[in-house]
Amino acid sequence: MSAGKTTGTLLTPELLAAVGRTTEPRREEVSRREIRHYAAATRQRDPRYLRGDEAPPLFYTALFWPEAPLEELRADGLTREGLLPPLPLKRVMAGGVSVNFTRAIRPGDQLVARKALKRIQEKQGRSGPLIFVDVEMVVETESGEPVLTETTTSIAR
Amino acid sequence: MAKLEDLRPGDPLPELVFEPNEVDLFFFNAALWNGHRIHYDAPYARDAEGYPALVIDGPLQGDWLAQVVTQWIGGSGQLVSLEYRNRRAAYLGERLRAGGQVEAVDLESGEVRLRLAVLNEAGEATTPGSAVVRMRP
Repeated sequence: MSAGKTTGTLLTPELLAAVGRTTEPRREEVSRREIRHYAAATRQRDPRYLRGDEAPPLFYTALFWPEAPLEELRADGLTREGLLPPLPLKRVMAGGVSVNFTRAIRPGDQLVARKALKRIQEKQGRSGPLIFVDVEMVVETESGEPVLTETTTSIAR
Repeated sequence: MAKLEDLRPGDPLPELVFEPNEVDLFFFNAALWNGHRIHYDAPYARDAEGYPALVIDGPLQGDWLAQVVTQWIGGSGQLVSLEYRNRRAAYLGERLRAGGQVEAVDLESGEVRLRLAVLNEAGEATTPGSAVVRMRP
């Protein structure tokens, strides 16, 4: 690959055609126990979170983490990303997250998450090509009240 | 925290220190239902993916930045937005500091922009980020 090139040869038409793809809505009921577990596992200090009265801001990460039967996990233990055809680069790292919050999450909330594949880019890293994948997730209550919008960037290398 | 009108760019937020061990990583990944082996299978992380040790999850470090903000605002405001980037890997055994400072204050809207980072022992940002909070009038 030539130096300074930002879009390369790894993004096949099949991969690029996945941009814009959306998932089926995922519905989850929030339990106090699940909030408490997340709060303890992240060593929160605020008693509201530790009691499970209100969820820490990033609790939704756990609530909507991709799920799969264990026999369907990849060899590295990750869940296959349903929005994306298999990538030519296999080592996947968290790249970053950007989230706008509208309303706190509390026990008993019935939430709906919808994901969409927003962008796929190839970039040159120090040690070779990288593929950046941006996925947007919109979370609302069952009655359509906005809760949050998140964009996650994953990096494959 | 100080009153909105007393905040100045550069004011530091109280720092939180984290030194996760295997049990932290186990519970965090279990809470997510995250099976990624680099967080709990040390031989795999080393031999198959070439990491020096178990990798501390990016979303866990992101949560520490959120905690810096929620601990600082307490009941006096709310988190409007948060953004972070996983710039540099952090490994089991590292002692990491999450902190930040005030970047800008908008008295009219009550919004305060914060610059945040998780720093390793060398002072390098493993997870830089930023947030906006809105203070209650």
